[in-house]
Amino acid sequence: MSHSRWLSWSGIVVMLGLLFIALIWHLSIGTKTIAINELMQSFYAYNEDNFNHLIIQELRLPRAIIAICVGACLAVSGALMQGVTRNPLADPGLLGMLTGGALAVVYWSTFVSSASLIWLPLVAALGALVSAVIVWSIASRVAGGITPLSLILSGSAFTAFTGALLAIHHLLDQQTFEEMRTWLVGSLLASNLTTLYWCLPWIIIGLVAAIVLAPSVTALSMGEEVATGLGINIARRKWQLLVCVVMLTSASVALAGPLGFIGLVIPHVVRFWVGADYRWIVPYSMLLGAAYLLFVDSLARWLIQPHEIATGLITILIGAPLFIWLVKVRVR
Amino acid sequence: MTPNNQASASTISLTTDNLVVGYDSPIVKGVNLNIQPGKMSILIGSNGCGKSTLLKCLARVLPPISGQVLLNGKAVHQQPAKQVAKMMALLPQGPIAPEGLSVKELVSQGRYPHQSFLKQWSKEDEQAVNQAMQQANVEMLADRSIADLSGGQRQRCWIAMVLAQQTDIILLDEPTTYLDLKVQVDLLNLLSELAHQHQRTLVIVLHELNLAATYADHLIMMKDGNIYAQGTPEQVFNADNLQAVFGLNAKIIKDPDSRALVCIPSTQQPAQVVS
Repeated sequence: MSHSRWLSWSGIVVMLGLLFIALIWHLSIGTKTIAINELMQSFYAYNEDNFNHLIIQELRLPRAIIAICVGACLAVSGALMQGVTRNPLADPGLLGMLTGGALAVVYWSTFVSSASLIWLPLVAALGALVSAVIVWSIASRVAGGITPLSLILSGSAFTAFTGALLAIHHLLDQQTFEEMRTWLVGSLLASNLTTLYWCLPWIIIGLVAAIVLAPSVTALSMGEEVATGLGINIARRKWQLLVCVVMLTSASVALAGPLGFIGLVIPHVVRFWVGADYRWIVPYSMLLGAAYLLFVDSLARWLIQPHEIATGLITILIGAPLFIWLVKVRVR
Repeated sequence: MTPNNQASASTISLTTDNLVVGYDSPIVKGVNLNIQPGKMSILIGSNGCGKSTLLKCLARVLPPISGQVLLNGKAVHQQPAKQVAKMMALLPQGPIAPEGLSVKELVSQGRYPHQSFLKQWSKEDEQAVNQAMQQANVEMLADRSIADLSGGQRQRCWIAMVLAQQTDIILLDEPTTYLDLKVQVDLLNLLSELAHQHQRTLVIVLHELNLAATYADHLIMMKDGNIYAQGTPEQVFNADNLQAVFGLNAKIIKDPDSRALVCIPSTQQPAQVVS
């Protein structure tokens, strides 16, 4: 174990390095490219009159921090869900949380108030939470209770249903569609620090809980009977993990809209490195998810300057081929 | 192992008090069981008789409908899960390891009840894991992936995981199913050694009658959710009981060398069934 532990710890250092590089790139590119030494200067010798320093500290850094948080949250909640449901295809979207959050936001801005953007994150988080509760309770009423299968079936049905409601709404109401279309594919464009402050407690509690609970996720991934034998109170632990996933996912829906695929792909990439023990999968997913979203968001802002592509689309455009490659390598 | 272990094995007690278990309707119907410490108890019975259900309830996988399971006099379903897991381990039927787990990682999971967030991986854990791998004879497989192993090797790894848990009681649900006869015998030899040389208390659900009769110190025959007969194989493994429990027409003979009992199923159909 000492050898592999050493490897795993050094991997964490590599991940931190990756995260740092992605951060630097994210901060330096944009409509205006800023050189690295000036970038560094804005941290240790901040000058209010320097316009570049202002751009970095006021515009780019908040966005980068949000990308880090959202990437980490989504990847970790995907990892937890894959472990608990023992389903490699599980991700935050599985519980209907992404479409549920989106639907709540669309209905809110149509029927209640399109003006008050301040409430959007809260509405998104509530929508995600309610969706998770609905899917969970449908699954628990199926004979046999909460099983990977019952969760997936009720989750996909719910996701399809809310997806259809969203589509109907778009067809009938072009104005909301115009207003919401960027948000709906997942974007960091509109997110701001105020929302982050609201979400930060959830994110921190969720991530810490994920790390603390990670060993029992490994046990759960070996099946409920094995986990029971190892001394895990299955019903209680599943609830704790569900709450954890809901906190992380709601926070990221609030910050960046329904950003798909990170929660699915990142844990698989991580497993490729560190194997099947969630003691390592969770922290690695956290770091790699953050680095990946930073990288993808940089691309989104860089590819067709001075415009930007919605981050949620780039996530998938890069994530999908990556995923297919992984499948190919692993199946071999 | 140590005299210490011997002492603890003789004080351990696992009993059931009028235990009723089931899903919608009761499958185990009011069982009173007293597991003998430091011995190999084997549960047999026809499919659906409730032997696995009973074992699952002992292991806390299923809650009792009524009655209770008592571990050292206290109800297991009311005790903190981790605390029970330090005294009693379970190897369920046909466990599946997640893809990519190495043998040593799998065995290490057995240390879960001994760890906490602040006490992650100690020297004791390392020792327990190494010792367990040695006992189950899987040391040389330590870095291999579980997925690459044969059925028998895989089952040894799972047994090693349960051993790493360092419990006095180990429950095993059909640990030899789907394995070659030679591998079954190897595994049962290993389990017998655990009971007789290391004073572990084993409760095993087994399908293979002749192996059950050969290895059991205490044989428990179940029928329709009740214990039909129990005792040493000498006492209960006879033609009448096999007929009653399994509806099996068989002759029991004794191997002159090992003195083990063997049942030979009769190939002749009983007259009533034919007509």
